Amino acid sequence: MRNTKVVTLEEAIRRSGLKDGMTISFHHHFRGGDKVVNLVVAKLAEMGFKNLHLAASSLSDVHAPLIDHIKNGVITKISTSGLRGDLANEISHGLMKEPVVFRSHGGRGSAIASGELHIDVAFLGASSCDELGNASGCPRSENAKSICGSLGYALPDARYADHVVVLTDDLVAYPNVPKSISACDVESVVVVDSVGDSSKISSGAIRDSKNPRDILLAKQAAKVIINSGYFKDGFSIQTGTGGASLAAVKYIRESMLEKGIKASFALGGITAHMVKLHEEGLIGRLVDVQSFDKVAAESIANDQMHQEVSAVEYASADHIGSAVHALDIVILSALEVDVDFNVNVLVGSDGIIRGAIGGHPDTAEDSALSIIVCPLLRGRIPCVVPKVTTLITPGKGVDVVVTEYGIAVNPARPEIADRLKAAGLKVVDIHDLAAKARSIIGEPDALPFGDRVVGIVMDRHGKVLDKIHNILD
Amino acid sequence: MEIKNAVAGTLESGDIMVQIAPGEGLQVDLQSSVAAQFGRQIKAVITETLTGLGIDNAYVKATDKGALDCTIRARVTAAAVRATGKDVWKD
Amino acid sequence: MMFVPGNNPGMMADAHIYGPDSIMLDLEDSVTMAEKDAARLLVHNALKSIDFGGTEMVVRINPLNTPYGKKDVEAVVKAGVDVIRMPKTETADEVRELEAEIVKVETELGCVGRTLIMAAIESALGVVNAYEIATASKRMMGIALGAEDYSANLKTQRTPGGAELLLARESIVVAARAAGIACFDTVYSNLDDMETFRKEVELIKTLGFDGKSIINPRQIEVVNEVFAPSQKDIDKALRIIAAIKEAQAKGSGVIAVNGKMVDRPVVIRAERTVALAIASGILDKEEAL
Repeated sequence: MRNTKVVTLEEAIRRSGLKDGMTISFHHHFRGGDKVVNLVVAKLAEMGFKNLHLAASSLSDVHAPLIDHIKNGVITKISTSGLRGDLANEISHGLMKEPVVFRSHGGRGSAIASGELHIDVAFLGASSCDELGNASGCPRSENAKSICGSLGYALPDARYADHVVVLTDDLVAYPNVPKSISACDVESVVVVDSVGDSSKISSGAIRDSKNPRDILLAKQAAKVIINSGYFKDGFSIQTGTGGASLAAVKYIRESMLEKGIKASFALGGITAHMVKLHEEGLIGRLVDVQSFDKVAAESIANDQMHQEVSAVEYASADHIGSAVHALDIVILSALEVDVDFNVNVLVGSDGIIRGAIGGHPDTAEDSALSIIVCPLLRGRIPCVVPKVTTLITPGKGVDVVVTEYGIAVNPARPEIADRLKAAGLKVVDIHDLAAKARSIIGEPDALPFGDRVVGIVMDRHGKVLDKIHNILD
Repeated sequence: MEIKNAVAGTLESGDIMVQIAPGEGLQVDLQSSVAAQFGRQIKAVITETLTGLGIDNAYVKATDKGALDCTIRARVTAAAVRATGKDVWKD
Repeated sequence: MMFVPGNNPGMMADAHIYGPDSIMLDLEDSVTMAEKDAARLLVHNALKSIDFGGTEMVVRINPLNTPYGKKDVEAVVKAGVDVIRMPKTETADEVRELEAEIVKVETELGCVGRTLIMAAIESALGVVNAYEIATASKRMMGIALGAEDYSANLKTQRTPGGAELLLARESIVVAARAAGIACFDTVYSNLDDMETFRKEVELIKTLGFDGKSIINPRQIEVVNEVFAPSQKDIDKALRIIAAIKEAQAKGSGVIAVNGKMVDRPVVIRAERTVALAIASGILDKEEAL
């Protein structure tokens, strides 16, 4: 009989040779529904491991149980793209002795590929896997319990980790093809009840924002794109998942139909909106590192022109062949933008970590045109500020900032400012936007930061870009 | 000035709920999502508004959802009018 | 003219970014009796402090025969409101009564004549008296239809085609034009039916209204699109105005464009077209000069 790799989680951990002080890794394709991180770390704690380095592609609200594992010394170091919820709050207040290392998706891929971020054991969840380890984010049987589509962020881990354990809630007959993770990279397969809560992994259908401010910002962003000089047949585009970003796609679509313009590809996190345009023939190919909703996940399962890419292929700064180098236009969001066009997407204006770097600096730097869409104010919180709380994306990569009070263009791109002005758009100086925000909300007091470093932001080339200090109450 | 318990405002985004009760001196208990950056300013606006209305003794509990100063002034005044029964407009 | 509930500070602070021609902060129907005092203070403080970017600010007060009306007048006049909208106006006397209240407050402030009045006509009696209402005060800047109360008063209900409103709409336009003031149509409340909304805006534009009342920023674009003059109309209007200037410079009394005599109504229409084009953001002010 064939030698099977299917074992219990405990056996897989034992076989992996994991020791105290080593690095374990996870992906975040199950987003807010993820059960893999908590399950594996609980087992590691039970088995008595200490002093581990947890290197996840990202972490979210659902990972609050890590707080106890940090307090008990099971996890003593974290590398991630983002942190949210209670875990982020505790870490911001100084929970960990060692600072969390934050990298962009492209930066993480590069760091894993170069060996700078060495992974000893990768624990990778999959919606389907055969007994030899061919794994996929697509469901392949009647018993499938989850679907996440692309496994792009897990691919560098699968390829470069010393030891790979796939966790799946649907063990299927060999061969589970097309596969994302190859059996040749996998040492063990563990069957679990559930890798993630489907309802929290992805929403089912397109939901158009009815928020009038989102619609206003989306229309402005679409006008910027259409008049930027980059909106021509064969262009490529990436959008975020914010309400304004998604709505912008709707207005760009109208203009594509009207002018007979088609896009060559859409990149990055793929949404139902992009799938719709692709199916209408308006976008040639979908290049997908992360399927953001069920429609996108189903599309990647069934459509040859909708292809998965790894984090390295998506956004590595080291490879000229990575997709961001071919990207024309990207629409991004921001927690804060400053007068030098620097962007913060990680730390809230209360000094608490509440976001993720994602592909922000990767796409901003390498795309031909990067557009930040953010309201001038969120309640009393300003989004255009004199200086960002934490530097994530340097201003030299940011071309246009769209707010409800006007559009600011990086002085390094005067030709774009001219085109937008010629199209009748309200182009303003970014200093005026910052001043406008101040005139409405008043002058905020400085945040009460302590002198301990709780986070280090690495740029996508592997250098330290900024440090995050603990926040005092 | 005699003060009864009174409340004004809502917990919606951009608003502030202000509760006034009898107290010694002006005591402001503030909960705010923007406390770190604006707590000092918000308390100052609350205190100034009450003093301007001749109220020097009251306990104020304020739950702020990112209200602007003009909203804070309006809600504090409304709570004060309800607490004292003395309107700021002519009849 | 965008309606914004007077007790919602978040919506108030935001309203002008959508670019309505005017914002109407409401103290009447959208505010419960228990919150009238708080909304009045909120509107007063918002008008004093928020920079609405030059948008015309209107406040709909409560009727003067309620315990709230006079306090509303005092609060908004003191805050420097542009226009007071008087609800449920039925007679010219009511307008004069409001004017007297405004004068009282303005006299105290030393700014008599600052505040304008808009009358909302919301009943059969109001429609019958439309011209008297429109001419009751020098401060009267416009009259508006309030269709919900009006159709209830007629003992009918609102329909998508709006047949029940036809006489009221025409009467209001005629009265406004006779009085030389503006006229505004009522709101359309189904936000999800943009098609019917667009038809209604097209209808009221044809009837001669100057604008539409809206309840959500999403409706602004449709109104602007319907009311925006075409490029052809703008070009023609600009040519006419240029010809007038030229004729005036030459001291010539006769004006001709493309070989056709231009008489007074044509000039007025051209001026309106240019003003509308500037208001709709199609034409730059500098270009027009």
